[in-house]
Amino acid sequence: MVRFFGALVGMGFIAALLWSFGWGVNAQLTETHTQSVEHRFHQEPRDVAFSTDGPFGKFDRAQLQRGFQVYKEVCAACHSLGQVAFRNLADLGYEEPEIKAIAAQWQIEVPSINPDTGEATTRKAIASDHFPSPYANEVAARAGNNNALPPDLSLIVKAREGGAPYIYSLLTGYQNAPADLPAEARPGQGLHYNPYFANLNIAMPPPLTADGQVTYADGTNPTRENMAKDVAAFLTWTAEPNLESRHRTGLAVLIFLLIATILAYMAYQNIWHGGADRRVRQTGPLDPENQAKSRAAKKEAGIKG
Amino acid sequence: MSFPWAQQYSPKNSFMRWMDERLPLPRLAYNAVGAGYPVPRNLNHFWNFGVLAGVALTIQIVTGIILAMHYAPVGTMAFDSVEHIMRNVNQGWLLRYAHANGASFFFIVTYIHIFRGLYYGSYKAPREMVWLLGLVIFLLMMATAFMGYVLPWGQMSFWGAKVITGLFGAIPLVGEPIQAWLLGGFAPDNAALNRFFSLHYLLPFVIAGVIILHIWALHIPGSNNPTGVDIKTPQDTVPFHPYYTAKDGFGVGLFMIAFAIMLFFFPNALGHADNYIPANPLSTPAHIVPEWYFWPFYAILRAFTVDFILPAKLWGVLAMFASILLLFFLPWLDRSPVRSGSYRPTFKMFFIILLIDILILGYCGGAPAEEPFVMISQLATIYYFAHFLIILPLLSKFEKTLPLPTSISASVLHGEKQEAAPLEVARPKRRPRAAPAE
Ligand code: HEC
Ligand code: HEM
Repeated sequence: MVRFFGALVGMGFIAALLWSFGWGVNAQLTETHTQSVEHRFHQEPRDVAFSTDGPFGKFDRAQLQRGFQVYKEVCAACHSLGQVAFRNLADLGYEEPEIKAIAAQWQIEVPSINPDTGEATTRKAIASDHFPSPYANEVAARAGNNNALPPDLSLIVKAREGGAPYIYSLLTGYQNAPADLPAEARPGQGLHYNPYFANLNIAMPPPLTADGQVTYADGTNPTRENMAKDVAAFLTWTAEPNLESRHRTGLAVLIFLLIATILAYMAYQNIWHGGADRRVRQTGPLDPENQAKSRAAKKEAGIKG
Repeated sequence: MSFPWAQQYSPKNSFMRWMDERLPLPRLAYNAVGAGYPVPRNLNHFWNFGVLAGVALTIQIVTGIILAMHYAPVGTMAFDSVEHIMRNVNQGWLLRYAHANGASFFFIVTYIHIFRGLYYGSYKAPREMVWLLGLVIFLLMMATAFMGYVLPWGQMSFWGAKVITGLFGAIPLVGEPIQAWLLGGFAPDNAALNRFFSLHYLLPFVIAGVIILHIWALHIPGSNNPTGVDIKTPQDTVPFHPYYTAKDGFGVGLFMIAFAIMLFFFPNALGHADNYIPANPLSTPAHIVPEWYFWPFYAILRAFTVDFILPAKLWGVLAMFASILLLFFLPWLDRSPVRSGSYRPTFKMFFIILLIDILILGYCGGAPAEEPFVMISQLATIYYFAHFLIILPLLSKFEKTLPLPTSISASVLHGEKQEAAPLEVARPKRRPRAAPAE
């Protein structure tokens, strides 16, 4: 019965699948297939190394500070870092007074209320505030950016398949649209051609336009490449501030587990294939001692067998 | 225990004796996973995976309970509360990554455990109940993981929930009301998030309960083994403790190493980047895909592209559910009296094809719904159903099987299983050769 109905159900599914498959083959044969424009022009992120790569990866504090400077002077005009507080800058090596100063001098104020009237207003940021958005709300943000929304950048490195190399490639990837780009894929009003962006045309105006746009305190040459790389490194930190302790804990845990597993293996081998003196003594009913006891008990109770 | 030669618990001191007479918990443990449970001496490493699934469940429950102390199941706060765990809770990143990767590892070990059963015929008499209860656990796991993935309330959480609950919408007439009833609204929102959290907290404990039944049912006939031959004499077995506790200990070590490598060095490799974008009902992601462990089923769902008597979408939903539910009938579809695939050469060949087929389905399920992936999943789905519903029933009628060893110990003597315990171990020095006691 089960097998009969099973076969019936199976044939049903197979028939429906063959039907779909047939139409699929038909479509393949009759329709002409053109590659989508994105498919043809989209580029994978460029290869670029970061100090956080690999199991021993660490943050380069000087680079993070430079990246923070790029964020502060360029990106913060449009992008918030809602998951990150000013006080977290201590991780980058800033001292408390410096952090307080950075917060107090931040260009964008944070929303607040007037303590006397209760009216909505803004105030200077303090260390416990998170990096604010320059826009009061999404509508304002879109209005100021050609109807596109500048995303919060806190998690952007983890929220894009390509990670930090993608951010770096995106920032350095602005270029003139290639001549053979079909008309319908050309950047419209307020859009910019960038082959690293998923749909090729991005609403963000090129943020890093010229070498020397920021002046690095540590003397590093602020080329566009360097600025892009530094801010990508900084955004790696905002996305995964615990990366270093994760790597450190991971190595310690692995060393512990390796030793524990080797010991477990030795115990296993010892028990299964150990020498005669290591045999496990059985104390069950097969133990002659127990058998004698059991016989005696049965005899006493008058049970045969 | 059904083996007359199983060792009996004898309390080692007066406290344990006192305890044993009042609440015989130590005796229960002794009989379940101690020296009182005789186990075939020839189990290979595939028999580690049941214990590993238990370890994975424990990891999920422990990390999950602590996560729940910091998590807020509210649409406007859920995403930020998970980030709060990642950034501000002590070792929160460790808990959260352990829980997220733990779910993947839970599925990896469970899949291996299931395929072990499929190959060695562990679903056959007298272990049908063990198999059926295992499938119940598997269904509960899938529900738990699906609802857990919704909790961080990222883009994939939201759109995954929408697509999966949308499947119910394919059912004629009652579909749409059922979908709205499941979600508590027309689209996933606060109501859905709240009930998913409640159920996600509950189901793991239901799973734990079903696991107890699963193991109880297993202990009636005892474990199957790589030869599939029944246990006949005491020589065929060794006590679970210390033999398999030691072997499982080593297995747990390897499992933890693999787990730690993913958790500490590739914590997001198994996840989807889009889930780090807060849920946004107005912006549909380019490719909506579930977690990797659902990919084969997702491929089956999407393989039906053209209406055929019934709407294509309904076929997809039916096939997806059928692909799992048919496993409940497996003990009665495959009637071959030989359990182990090692003695069924034709079965073995089809089994390997099935494995490859499911890997292909998994790959297609993770890929965008474009050609050639759709056509490949159609062929692979055909094989999947044909394997279980047509090939296996026919095979059990017509195939030629190899001669079975007369007993487990005989197969060990002939060196068929290198891993088996050598025959002289685990036997008291002066024990009579044959015949159990009594
Ligand atoms: C003038 C405002 C403005 C400035 C300044 C700006 N951005 Fe943007 N950014 C935008 C807008 C608008 C978008 C949304 C683009 C879209 O969706 O087409 C965006 C999008 C992005 C994205 C997301 C791209 C994606 O894959 O979706 C990243 C990453 C980004 N910006 C990084 C930066 C960095 C780093 C800086 C500083 C070096 C910066 N932006 C400066 C306006 C700005
Ligand atoms: C069968 C066992 C379980 C499985 C398979 C499972 C699976 C999952 C998955 C896949 C996620 C999403 C992971 C992410 O991306 O963050 C998740 C999240 C979560 N789970 Fe579980 N889980 C299990 C048990 C539990 C238990 C027992 C609890 C609590 C008692 C729990 C509480 C949570 C919480 C609070 C979250 C949200 C936090 C987060 O996203 O990390 N889970 N679970």
